[in-house]
Amino acid sequence: MNERKRSGKLAAHMPVVLFILLLAAAWEAGARMFEIPHYIIPKLSDVLVSMGDNWRLLSKHFAITLGEAVLGLGISAVFGVLAAVWIESSGLAKKTIYPLIVTSQTIPIIALSPIMVMWFGYEIWSKVAVVILFTFFPIAVNTADGFRSADPDIGELLRTMGAGRFDRFRKWKIPSALPGFFTGLKMAAAISVGGATLGEWLGGENGLGMYTKRASNMLRGEAVFSGVLLLSAMGVLLFLVVLAVERAALAHRRNKNE
Amino acid sequence: MSAPKTDAIKTESRKAEPPMIESHETEPPGADLPKTSAPRTPEQPAVLSVRGLGFGFAGETPLFEKLDFSLKQGEFVSVLAASGIGKTTLFRLLSGLLVPQAGTIAIGEAGDAPAAASKLGKIGYMPQKDCLMPWRTVLDNAVLGLELGGMPKREARRQVLKLLPGLGLDGTANKYPHELSGGMRQRVSFLRSLLGGGELLLLDEPFSALDAMTRVGMQEWLLQVWEQHRTTVLFITHDVDEALLLSDRVLVAAQSPITSLNELAVDLPRPRSYEFAMDEAFIDLKRRLLGLIGRGARGSSEEAGRLP
Repeated sequence: MNERKRSGKLAAHMPVVLFILLLAAAWEAGARMFEIPHYIIPKLSDVLVSMGDNWRLLSKHFAITLGEAVLGLGISAVFGVLAAVWIESSGLAKKTIYPLIVTSQTIPIIALSPIMVMWFGYEIWSKVAVVILFTFFPIAVNTADGFRSADPDIGELLRTMGAGRFDRFRKWKIPSALPGFFTGLKMAAAISVGGATLGEWLGGENGLGMYTKRASNMLRGEAVFSGVLLLSAMGVLLFLVVLAVERAALAHRRNKNE
Repeated sequence: MSAPKTDAIKTESRKAEPPMIESHETEPPGADLPKTSAPRTPEQPAVLSVRGLGFGFAGETPLFEKLDFSLKQGEFVSVLAASGIGKTTLFRLLSGLLVPQAGTIAIGEAGDAPAAASKLGKIGYMPQKDCLMPWRTVLDNAVLGLELGGMPKREARRQVLKLLPGLGLDGTANKYPHELSGGMRQRVSFLRSLLGGGELLLLDEPFSALDAMTRVGMQEWLLQVWEQHRTTVLFITHDVDEALLLSDRVLVAAQSPITSLNELAVDLPRPRSYEFAMDEAFIDLKRRLLGLIGRGARGSSEEAGRLP
C-alpha cells in the first residue's frame, strides 16, 4: 500500500524529471553544435567538470550562502510573525501598519540593498539584512492574512465557553493562521537565496554570489554556471524543507473541496 | 449581593465535579419514572429566567421589548419563530455574546448573568454551523469546554472517550472533522456543547443545515441522548414538527418586536420517537401550534391589548 503510494508519487514526478534531462541534453548538444564560446554558454559537461574540480571551494561557499539565507529567513520568520501578531491584536496597528507593510512590497528592494552594506558593513550581517529585506514582508503579510481568515464563529463559540483573549488566541487564532504562515515561509524560502546572493554581490569575500561574480569578471563561464546551478539547487532545497515541515504540521487538515 | 462568594463556590465545584453527565444528581425527581408527561412541577428551580428583556441593533426597530420567560430544571423548551425575527440574537444574548439593553437574564440557581455563567461553564451553546476545529480530532474537539475549564487534557479525554459510544460516535475519536458526515459532525458539536455547559444547553437550529433524512435521524438521536442526560435545553427551530417532537413546551414568537411568547405545552409521553408524528394527539397539538403562529403573524394588534 505504502509502496504503491510511493511509486505513484515517483510516477507523478516522472514528466518533470524527463523534461529536465531533455533540457540538459539540449544544452550540451546545442553548445557543441553551434560552438558557442565558453564565456557565453559553456557546455554542461564543462560546468559539471568545473564543479567537480572545485567542489571543496564550492561547498565552503555553498555553506556560507546557505547560512546567510537560513539566518535571514529565521530572523524574518520571528519578526514577521511578531509583526502579524501585533497587527492582529491591535486595531490601530491593523489600520496603520498592515497597509504600510502591504504597500511597502512595491518598493524595489534591490535599490535599498546597498544601504544595508552602508549600515552593516561587509561582514555577514549586511547579507543577512538583505535576506531579511526580501523575506520579512511575505511572512508578515501572509501570517496576518492567516489570522484574519480565522472563522469568527469558532471565536464566538469559544467566548460562550468562557475562553479569554489569550485562550482564544492560542486555541483558535494561531492554528487558523498556520496555513498562511507556511505560504509566506515558502515564498520567503524561495527568494531568500536571491537575497543572500545580492548581498554578496554588493560586497564581500565569501559565498556563491561572490564566487559567480568573480568568475564572471574573469570570463569563466563554466564557473559562473556551476555557481548559478548550485544557488538554484539551494533555493529548491530550502523550499522543499519548508514544504516538508508544512506537510507534517498540517497533515490532517484538508479542504472539503480537495 | 453574595455573588462573588457563590462564584467561588461554583468554580470550585466545577473543578471538583465537572459537567459530567453520568451522575444524575441534577435530574429532577420523577424523571426516572417512565412515561410521565412532560410538564414539570412548579416548585422546580428556574435554570433560565428572562425578565423585561429589551434589545435592538442601533438604527433598527427593536427585536425584543419587555420579554419575559423562564425555563425550569430539566425542561426541553423550543422557541419557534420565523426567520429574521431575532432567534439567533436571543441566543447571543443568552450566551453572553450580546448584552441586553433592558431587563435581566439570570442563569442557574445563583442567577448569574450570561457572561459570568459562560465563564463558569454553565452554558453550552451549539451554533447552527458545527464550528468544529479542522485541526483537532473528534476527541480533541469534544474536550474543548473541559480543557478551557482547567481540566487536565488527559482526564478530559478519558471522560469524553466514555461518552462517545452513547452518542453513536464510537470509533471516531481519532478522526478529523473532514472525515465525518454532516450528521456526525453535529453529534460531535452537540457533545462539545454538552460538556461545555453544565446547566443550560442552547441549541440554535442545529439540524437546519442537514438533509431531511439525516435530520429525522438526528432528532431521534437527540431525543435518546436527552433521555439519558436530561439537561435543560432551549432549542431554536423554525420546524413545527421538530419543535413538537422534542419539546416539553413550545414558545412561539411570531410578531416583531417580540414582546411575549405564546406557549404551548406538549403533553406527549416520553420516550418519544418519530412515529408520534402520526398520532392524533400530535396532529391536534400541531393544529393548535399553527394556530398560535397564525395569530401572531396576523399582526401584533391583537397582542397589543394583552395584559401583562
